[in-house]
Amino acid sequence: MQRRTSRWLTAGVFAAAGALALSACGSGFSEEPSDGASGELTSSDDALTVLIGSSGDAETAAVNDAVAAWSSDSGTEASVTVASDLVQQLSQGFSSGQPADVFYLSTDALAGYASNGSLLAYGDQLSNKDDFYPALVSSFTYDGQFYCAPKDFSTLALEINTDLWADAGLTDADIPTTWEELERVAKTLTTDDTVGLAIGGEYARVGAFMAQAGGNLMNEDSTEATADSEENVTALDFVKKMLNDGTLKFAKDVGAGWGGEAFGKQLSAMTIEGNWITGGLQNDFPDVNYTVAELPAGPAGQGTLQFSNCWGIAADSPNQAAALELVENLTSAESQLAFSKAFGPMPSIQSAAADWSADNEALVPFLNGAEYAKGVPTVQGAADVVTDFNSQLESLKTGDPVEILDSTQANLEALLK
Amino acid sequence: MANPTRRSSRSGIRGGEAASGWLFTAPILILLGLFLVVPVLMALWVSFSDWGGRGSPFAGSVNFVGFDNYSELLAGGGLAERDFGTALKNNAWYVLLVVPLQTGLALFLAVLVNRQVLKGRGFFRTAFYFPSVTSTVAITVLWLFLFNSTGAVNKLLSYIGVTGPNWFNEPAGIFHFGATDGPAFLTDNTALGVSWWNWLGGPSVAMTAFVLLAVFTTSGTFMLLFIAALQNLGGDVQEAAMMDGASGWQRFWRVTLPQLRPTLFTVLTLGLIGCWQVFDQIYTGTKGTPGKTTLTPAYLSYQSAFIDQDWGQGAAIAFILFVIIVVLTLIQRWILAERKVSKRRMRGYEIPPDIPPTGTPGVTSAAIALDAQNRRG
Repeated sequence: MQRRTSRWLTAGVFAAAGALALSACGSGFSEEPSDGASGELTSSDDALTVLIGSSGDAETAAVNDAVAAWSSDSGTEASVTVASDLVQQLSQGFSSGQPADVFYLSTDALAGYASNGSLLAYGDQLSNKDDFYPALVSSFTYDGQFYCAPKDFSTLALEINTDLWADAGLTDADIPTTWEELERVAKTLTTDDTVGLAIGGEYARVGAFMAQAGGNLMNEDSTEATADSEENVTALDFVKKMLNDGTLKFAKDVGAGWGGEAFGKQLSAMTIEGNWITGGLQNDFPDVNYTVAELPAGPAGQGTLQFSNCWGIAADSPNQAAALELVENLTSAESQLAFSKAFGPMPSIQSAAADWSADNEALVPFLNGAEYAKGVPTVQGAADVVTDFNSQLESLKTGDPVEILDSTQANLEALLK
Repeated sequence: MANPTRRSSRSGIRGGEAASGWLFTAPILILLGLFLVVPVLMALWVSFSDWGGRGSPFAGSVNFVGFDNYSELLAGGGLAERDFGTALKNNAWYVLLVVPLQTGLALFLAVLVNRQVLKGRGFFRTAFYFPSVTSTVAITVLWLFLFNSTGAVNKLLSYIGVTGPNWFNEPAGIFHFGATDGPAFLTDNTALGVSWWNWLGGPSVAMTAFVLLAVFTTSGTFMLLFIAALQNLGGDVQEAAMMDGASGWQRFWRVTLPQLRPTLFTVLTLGLIGCWQVFDQIYTGTKGTPGKTTLTPAYLSYQSAFIDQDWGQGAAIAFILFVIIVVLTLIQRWILAERKVSKRRMRGYEIPPDIPPTGTPGVTSAAIALDAQNRRG
């Protein structure tokens, strides 16, 4: 009897604990999430929260100022939170049913959140919709819907250390415009301490060569895997040849975390990075003199990769109408030029291009890249495949390009099923 | 009920004991239930569902998908299976190296600092224990600097004429000894999407650096456990063994170590569990690079759930890991279980009958002392 009583008591305690836990969860979870694609926007007096993943104080201050200015104009309260781990904090917000209203969203996270209905597809309701670069709009289009407004963008270009360049006897006329010229100057610049060209050993850099050869991992709207194309093989063969010649090294192999570090420490005379490198060099290596050039053309002409984030709006936000207004304000030419001045990215709207070029003459090659830039795959799970591809690229020097691309093709095709 | 001798549980002065016992343990039971049992059960449900990470996992739109998440990991044939296989391979080698090394080193250090004659014992104990109380993140960052391609470790190696590897960027398995391609029967056969050649390749150079880190940080903790156990051992058994003429080496292996068996089990189990759950070093250090050779199931689970929004698969990885840990712990418990000494083994301790016995025939004084102690304990 004693045994039985205690067993009942145990069961009772656990039942009580369970009931408590479930009731606690119930208040946080919205039972039946509303559909993110429905047309009507929610509107209320609720304050907005903005969650950003900041690159540093400059970015935080700039976003804070812009949001505060909008807040005092519109009368809607809004506060900015800087995430320490953006992806994780976003996920927690979505599962609890109380996400941030407006947030940074990367291209590779878009598909995951869009497919589970966490995002509001508000792109078509933007008043400045037609002003965005079309390639950026397609990067943030999932399942035929334009989900979110591109916040800004970056492209890859070639950075050249002008002192090492002059020491090697090269002039402005030698700035490479083809692969052959790139190979030649890289060879000229390679010394015992310095390699001609150092880049990150990953798709986000090597992919530029694939674009120049006319290939990419997937087609423009990420509906078809094209990893095993002849063009991509040509590109990887070229990179492999330069690796084996010793004129190109991956940043990690010269003891640097990324191309910018190798370039700043003068371990390499050239690197391929995006416009974020300007801030990094200014802060950490102010003594390095450099110039920016467009990437050389490959067999299929010029090519580069573009990267972008967008302003996501949560489907569970109680005040979507105000959030949309905020996003329109943050993507206006005025705000974007202020952001650009503060922390470097390029405006995502075409109407701000002229002003930006006038302010940043030395960086125009980055903006020119917008014309021929290709996006990274956006299909759900693509980030994993790219990680796998990157891990294989690390051993490209001894690896077989065809084998690497074939396995990546198989992985991408599995995502499309 | 039929038992006539049953006393009513309400009668007597002990009647309310059970109830008050439950009352006093209720706070912790509720806390554990709320923050441990319920979340674990929820995760178990998620691992069998197609929950996408939005809203409640118990909402009507979430479906039960049976073993889909598990079968994709264990027999899917795709990237998910290959990643899981790679993570298991990396972690298995990590466990295989870290657990024996850290246990051995901890025991060695404990025996050293436990000696009465050692000067500055307090200093050494603190020094050896210090890495254990430092945060993993700080030590990982320190490690990234030490094992940089131009870092202190490679500088030291260069003094003895060795060109150190680019530690955290070197995906080559250490047992491949630089070979890039194995024999066909190894490369063509795969288990969990990873070729036998890769399974046998051992941890990558990068993972080896993490192995050293784990041995460095956890040996101190386990040294403390061993010291406590060593100080609990009675001196009488040692003395008896000395009387029997056992050398220091024999006394350690035949007398001290067997008495440490419970502690050894604790240390091995804690080490095993900790090693299979390695996450913080990977998260702060390499995030699975180079070439996925530092990917571990715990990190993969986090990555699948939080980054790829594949919550079912993330939860499934966690539960497979749980099963692995439980099974390995049971195996270890079986290996370390006390068994009767075999006759063949016992013969070595028996006194040959032609020599007149001095004590109880066939049993040495050390064994008597040990026996007496067991009775007491």
